Amino acid sequence: MELLVAIIIGVLTCCAVFLILRARTFAVMLGLTMLSYAVNLFIFSSGGLKIGAGAVLNATEEYADPLPQALVLTAIVIGFAMTAFLVVLSIRARADLGNDHVDGKLPVAKNTRQGASS
Amino acid sequence: MNHLIILPIIWPLLVALLTLLPPFDRSLLLRRYLSVGGSIVLLLCSIVLLIQSTNNPAQLYQLGNWAAPFGISLLLDQVSSLMLCLTAVLAVASSLYASSGEDEGGFFFHSLLHFQLMGINGAFLTADLFNLFVFFEVLLIASYSLLIHGGGKAKTKAAVHYVVLNLVGSALFLFALALIYGASGTLNMLDLGAKVATLSDTQLQLLQAAVALLLVVFGLKAAVMPLHFWLGSAYSSVTPAVAALFAIMTKVGIYSLLRVFAMVLQDAGFVASWVFPVLWWAGLLTIVMGVLGVLASEDLRKMASYLVVVSVGSLVAILSLGTPESVQALLYYLVHSTLATAALFLLADLIAHQRGKAGDRLVNGRKVAQPVLLGSAFIVVALSIVGMPPFSGFIGKLLLLQAVPQGNAMLWYWSALLGSSLLLLIALSRAGSILFWQVAGTDTEARMAGGRRGTALVLLVLASPLLSLFAGPLTEWCQAAAAQLQAIAHLTPGAF
Repeated sequence: MELLVAIIIGVLTCCAVFLILRARTFAVMLGLTMLSYAVNLFIFSSGGLKIGAGAVLNATEEYADPLPQALVLTAIVIGFAMTAFLVVLSIRARADLGNDHVDGKLPVAKNTRQGASS
Repeated sequence: MNHLIILPIIWPLLVALLTLLPPFDRSLLLRRYLSVGGSIVLLLCSIVLLIQSTNNPAQLYQLGNWAAPFGISLLLDQVSSLMLCLTAVLAVASSLYASSGEDEGGFFFHSLLHFQLMGINGAFLTADLFNLFVFFEVLLIASYSLLIHGGGKAKTKAAVHYVVLNLVGSALFLFALALIYGASGTLNMLDLGAKVATLSDTQLQLLQAAVALLLVVFGLKAAVMPLHFWLGSAYSSVTPAVAALFAIMTKVGIYSLLRVFAMVLQDAGFVASWVFPVLWWAGLLTIVMGVLGVLASEDLRKMASYLVVVSVGSLVAILSLGTPESVQALLYYLVHSTLATAALFLLADLIAHQRGKAGDRLVNGRKVAQPVLLGSAFIVVALSIVGMPPFSGFIGKLLLLQAVPQGNAMLWYWSALLGSSLLLLIALSRAGSILFWQVAGTDTEARMAGGRRGTALVLLVLASPLLSLFAGPLTEWCQAAAAQLQAIAHLTPGAF
């Protein structure tokens, strides 16, 4: 199970890094969302992975570590708010700057096709 | 428990919420009074805490009275109370300056300002790493909105870069925190400091990976080379009152580096073997990059932004020495450089508005309307930043130079700091003579520096001569603060 979780986090992070390095705000936003999924899973697993361990006291013999669960909740809420802010900011940038490139201007003519496909 | 410790976090929150409620939501005038008044109360409260922390040993505040490694702790020592005071001074100047018209650009200006103060104060007070992350996010989300306050293309463009970079930084911070928790089982700073010595080799390796991530996160906040590229456009496009407050933002990064590496992990072997060397060279390169930016700047605000980078470089390099003398020099220089750059941001705005279309660009323009006030303010700030006697920059740089041990370190640091001072002298005298002496045309319709603007400017400019006038007691105080910082690391949470 450790291997599976590690692979999932790794693949999510890889996709996130790829998307964040794209030139359009929408792709960057998707990348950041994916990175926050990866990091949430990562925090969740930081208390150790256990099967059949209870989350509530007196339910089972063995308990899951409660702290990562509290941390991940905080991280989810904050990540959600930040993503919402970025969505609004990207729309504002699209309106203010006339395009959705992260630098606010499209690359020069010979690169246009590359820029458009991203 | 001393409940005053939590007031610097609660109070700005209350003020920010009040500005949204009747009768304050109806009248900008009332919001201004509330905002400036709130900042002044915050300053008084910080001064009381500063006096308390000087006369008493460090105090730990347990939120909700939960015992230390389980609940969240706030730590009040001399270093954190000094940072609180510095923030409050900037808050007074910034809210006062904004009250003269800049806050008309958006409804929520004063609320956001106080939310940001809450985040900054929280980051200075907290003794829990996850709580530090939360307060970072509080101050960041307020700063995102303050950055685009007033609108405009330049601000939106700078804000997109700033927000994306900081979101990536936040994600890395979370990775680091999960690694630290996984390796040591605690996120409380004091508890972590006590546990580092008992960790096994595997756990230490995990901890080092976390530390590498933390270096990137704090380096991004502090704008250390090569993570400083966002700073120039962000700080030079933002409204001046906000820029003055942002002068403390890079210092939050430096403060976090200081807390984590010079206090919590000071006994861990890997800090001396690779963390401090990385910071040392990054700091020196930051000085070089900052100076190049200053020389290449086409306007005064951009120049002020790169002066922030230069001061960050000097501070980070001295931090990496990890001795009590270096922490002492760092504290004094940090206060000086924050106040001086904040004053320069306000000054740049006044100069820009009195020179008509030329603005603060370094080209021929109209004569400024108040040459005596602005000129003398510029002289004081510029000489202070360059490090000429009798101003605080001279004493600050002297302390920095003295803190470096003899040998190769001295060669590198002395040449970087002294060389940068010479180039800053050239750049600032060039800027000053163009702005004040190369004049064309006559009349000016001006944004006069009277009343609120003048008071805010004078408050920040006067700090420099005051810092050098009281340099004796201040440096002794900084020495005690540095000694206390290193002593705290050897205490467990139960010892308070």
